[in-house]
Amino acid sequence: MNKLSNEVWVFIEQRNGKAADVSFELLSKGHKLALNMGGVLKAVIIGDKVKEIAKETFKYGVSEALVVEHPGLLAYKTMPYSRIMNKLVNEAKPRIVLFGATIIGRDLAPRVASNTKSGLTADCTELKIESIKYLGKEFKDLLMQIRPAFGGNIIATIITPDNPTQIATVREGVMEKHLSTATKEIKITEIPYIPDPTDELVKIIEQHREESKINLKAASIIVSGGYGLGTRENFKLIYDLAHTIGGEVAGSRAAVDAGFIPPERQVGQTGVTVRPKLYIAIGISGAIQHRAGMQEANKIIAINNDPDAPIFGVSHYGIVGDAAEVIPNFIEAYKQKLK
Amino acid sequence: MFNSIVLVKQVPDTANISGKVMKDDGTVNRSKLPAIFNHEDKVALELALRIKETYGGKVTAITMGPPRASDILRECLFMGADAVYLISDRKFAGADTLATSYVLSEAIKKIGNYDLIFAGRQAIDGDTAQVGPQTAEKLHIPQVTYVEEIISCQKDTVTIRKKIDGGYEIVEAAYPVLLTVLKDAADTRPFKAKRIMAYKNAKSLTDLEGMTEGNSLLYTDKLVHEYEEKNLFIPTFTMDELKLDPERCGVKGSPTKVFKIESVVLAGGNHIKIDATKTGIGNLIDQLMADHIFG
Repeated sequence: MNKLSNEVWVFIEQRNGKAADVSFELLSKGHKLALNMGGVLKAVIIGDKVKEIAKETFKYGVSEALVVEHPGLLAYKTMPYSRIMNKLVNEAKPRIVLFGATIIGRDLAPRVASNTKSGLTADCTELKIESIKYLGKEFKDLLMQIRPAFGGNIIATIITPDNPTQIATVREGVMEKHLSTATKEIKITEIPYIPDPTDELVKIIEQHREESKINLKAASIIVSGGYGLGTRENFKLIYDLAHTIGGEVAGSRAAVDAGFIPPERQVGQTGVTVRPKLYIAIGISGAIQHRAGMQEANKIIAINNDPDAPIFGVSHYGIVGDAAEVIPNFIEAYKQKLK
Repeated sequence: MFNSIVLVKQVPDTANISGKVMKDDGTVNRSKLPAIFNHEDKVALELALRIKETYGGKVTAITMGPPRASDILRECLFMGADAVYLISDRKFAGADTLATSYVLSEAIKKIGNYDLIFAGRQAIDGDTAQVGPQTAEKLHIPQVTYVEEIISCQKDTVTIRKKIDGGYEIVEAAYPVLLTVLKDAADTRPFKAKRIMAYKNAKSLTDLEGMTEGNSLLYTDKLVHEYEEKNLFIPTFTMDELKLDPERCGVKGSPTKVFKIESVVLAGGNHIKIDATKTGIGNLIDQLMADHIFG
């Protein structure tokens, strides 16, 4: 076997020339991984006029930015982007490639993994480097890809022991963004784009994008409801409480599946990861998949009629009772205290 | 006229996991879980059927899985699929998404003659959303993921509304193209009583072998022939039939391995119990005010 690369790559996702937050979060994590395996961090940026974004990546510990620029690459399109990434990964065989688990990342990463025959693990909630023994063989500096699995009922550590490249996707908000203290010299390598007829097989006719008004990540108080609320009618209580105490409304995956709230408000491994000052979980049993997205909240209050619900295990305060009674009590008590 | 191939999957009903299906080591005993038709795949089939009804063509549904996955192929027939194939072999066991997409892409090549490939965005047991794009890559065809609506089919292109981060796009894709669809793209039709009557006895080779247990091979052959005559035979593709590379199938062909599985058992924990009364909650609010969370 050839010597393995020591490079960690992060695909920098840009929309209309603006880099996605998740990319910087991944750079922060990628930098740590690179340090832990004695390697280097590289950023890959595809788009039109993206050198400013490339420069910004150096604040996060990047040693080299690979840039592919062309007016035809302004908006993300599966065919040219995957063709470019496939070629880059096949040639350099980086040890690790990270993508945001956004719609773009989930469109692109599988094509790259398929083409380069690499292992791909989706929606990781933790990534670390470890040297391990697997089936009697020693593996040095392998990427531990940790994710809730099986509908979020268990936690699995996935490895890619025998392939040169390990690819993982991570949801926005899961990793924390922080600037690197070491200042790196800016080294941007431009890679020419050679158009191909297959790039035009899917054409974008129109694009509509709105800045989301929902920003769970920035909310300091979140009131979150689960399937335990039972009905859409009862779920309105969540909105009432959030309105009273100045919080944002969120919910569990089951609440989204039941149609109680839109998917943009889902907290958990397959939703948003939040770290508010206060998280109130109501009628949420507390599956691993949900806890992965909220357990780092500063204070957690759980309200559930089942005293054995796992959610109490990660809570600071627990109220056993029926939401339909507890929430009105909460609202009234709050109004009395803060009138 | 447009021919579609729909990728469907039978999944354990992960939404309803109870203590009974957990093994002592904390892993899930899949065989104890009820198996269901992955809903987004059903929506994918619905879209394919609508295209057939509007423009003509043929709808073929395929699934890779254990023999009992033929259950959902019968359901595809009940909904209106023209042909179904079971892709099944012990050597496929333990496949990750890469190995699965290899097998599916080779099965699709064998079936051939397609304009559209449909799949659900993701299956609820893994939530990876990888198999669709990985299959498209192996077939060297484009893809449109997160499909919200198929607006129209033209002679050379299909016009689609797809979800993007923070909005949507209208795209035009040339055939052949693979589409992964979201659950809200369509309401699925109920099974047609007439089709249930016609296809409830459709059987795969393994189903028929089960019926002839203890009898001679000759008898199985005869049954297969009989079911083929009645158009009730569900063909099975095995590794050999698809002439696959064993190194790329199942566990061997899967670069990702499960190194460790933990089931985190959470007991009551050390939380402070608050009375559900107004007084109890009032005290909690005082505490949160003191912590500068409220007020």
